[in-house]
Amino acid sequence: MSSMISVSSLRKTYKSGLVALDGIDLEIEKQEIFALLGPNGAGKTTLISVICGTVGIGSGTVRVGGHDITQDYRAARAMIGLVPQEISLDIFATVWNTVNFSRGLFGRRPDPAYVERLLHDLSLWDKRDSRVIELSGGMKRRVMIAKALSHEPKILFLDEPTAGVDVNLRREMWALVRSLRDKGVTIILTTHYIEEAEEMSDRVGVITGGRILLVEKTATLMRKLGRRKLTLMLQHPLAYLPAGLDQWELELNQHGQVLTYAFDANAEDNGIPALLRRMAELGIDFRDLDTSRSSLEDIFVGLVQQAA
Amino acid sequence: MNHHAIWTIYRAEMARMRRTFWQSIATPVITTVLYFIVFGGAIGSRIQHVGGVDYGAFIVPGLIMLTILTQSVSNASIGIYFPIFTKTIYEILAAPLSAVEIVFAYVGAAATKSILLALIILGTATFFAPLHILHPGWMIAFMLLTAITFSLFGFIIGIWAQSFEQLAIIPSLIITPLTFLGGAFYSIDMLPQPWRTFNLLNPVVYLVSGFRWSFFGTGEVGVGLSLAFTGVFMAICLGLAGWIFKTGYRLKP
Repeated sequence: MSSMISVSSLRKTYKSGLVALDGIDLEIEKQEIFALLGPNGAGKTTLISVICGTVGIGSGTVRVGGHDITQDYRAARAMIGLVPQEISLDIFATVWNTVNFSRGLFGRRPDPAYVERLLHDLSLWDKRDSRVIELSGGMKRRVMIAKALSHEPKILFLDEPTAGVDVNLRREMWALVRSLRDKGVTIILTTHYIEEAEEMSDRVGVITGGRILLVEKTATLMRKLGRRKLTLMLQHPLAYLPAGLDQWELELNQHGQVLTYAFDANAEDNGIPALLRRMAELGIDFRDLDTSRSSLEDIFVGLVQQAA
Repeated sequence: MNHHAIWTIYRAEMARMRRTFWQSIATPVITTVLYFIVFGGAIGSRIQHVGGVDYGAFIVPGLIMLTILTQSVSNASIGIYFPIFTKTIYEILAAPLSAVEIVFAYVGAAATKSILLALIILGTATFFAPLHILHPGWMIAFMLLTAITFSLFGFIIGIWAQSFEQLAIIPSLIITPLTFLGGAFYSIDMLPQPWRTFNLLNPVVYLVSGFRWSFFGTGEVGVGLSLAFTGVFMAICLGLAGWIFKTGYRLKP
């Protein structure tokens, strides 16, 4: 059995009547980094919460490591470490105590050597005797991760791990996630930053409106969706596209003042140097340029249109 | 059974009490000493005996019951309300723990605290009144039963409450008045009508009476009735706690 997590026809309707999950089928492989990508309110957190047991299962089945999360919840939950989106900590407890508390909850014997190593890895060792209330926001987030890893889980859920996190900590987290994967941990993270999904994950699942739109290898998805756009603000407006430029996919906008070029971000040769050379030859000057990548919104619009 | 987890929660709860040592221990002790001065000293100088028992000694079981009831409810309700309020409850819910284990840990810790307090008050009382306990075994049994039952009740209130105000309402609006009315400081036979009849519906009457019986061998109602009543109330609380976990009421959306 290669699936670490297996979700089938999962539906969840909250008491308010909100349908948060509308028939989710998802297989997550052992030792992969899986990014769940979607806008706010797409159902990312609900999906994670149901798998982890903090939100009741509506209908459908979820298996974790082959264990049904309702019937065999102990075995299923023992495998999972969860870092929720919000920082929720007992602010009066010390770092050392709160991390060991989490380990105890999962029924693991105390292992001070392991917890010490964990705190070193997360740069928390110096703060071990500090109370949580004295820590900075970034430190608190590290404590949340330390708690999730305290019982040596096989699966780690990170719900929006880098929301509101500075660049250094973000890099550290990415490095940590990779090293955990190398140790055999399966990692599921949610994000609404496509860059993060691209940087981190082996596979991406796009979720919106409680449905999984697609699940794809990250590289494949980026190839499919990773269109970029070069925008050139022209010195002098053009009335039409000169014939010498027709080998590029160009568009003239704003009364001929702006020239845009859509290209494949992953192609070996994106055609930009040649385009700029040709423009120089034709005497078309520009005063400014800009490149942009298709945003997540664009991708959603694209996907929804495809689905329709 | 996830023994480690139960022990972990229990110990963390007991540590919380140590953190708020003065609040947890000193306040009830000081309050109790005041009760002794007012009821035992001031009133006791006019009322010498109640049903053949020295008045100072007579109020001891009532005072201990008052402490066990209020402390059990407030300890247990804060114990579970705090993690819900700070949202750290996610960790408990995501842990490989059964509902029974969660209740066992939180209610066990709350009951332990209130029994510790009850014993401290019993110790304090020996300085103020001549005490002789007729059935020490039954006394302990009544203490345990009451502490566990009302800790369970507090646990339910802690889950039900949606604000600190609601958390305080039940102890101050229900438990304390019922205890005063329920004969903590006097024999209920001394009450005028209709309060005497009304008191037959007051659960605290049965608790105090049974507890007093374990001290002096006499009580306003039969000891069997006292035991039966506590058992029924405990069964109701257990049923409610079971329902909470089954439906996920306010714990799991």
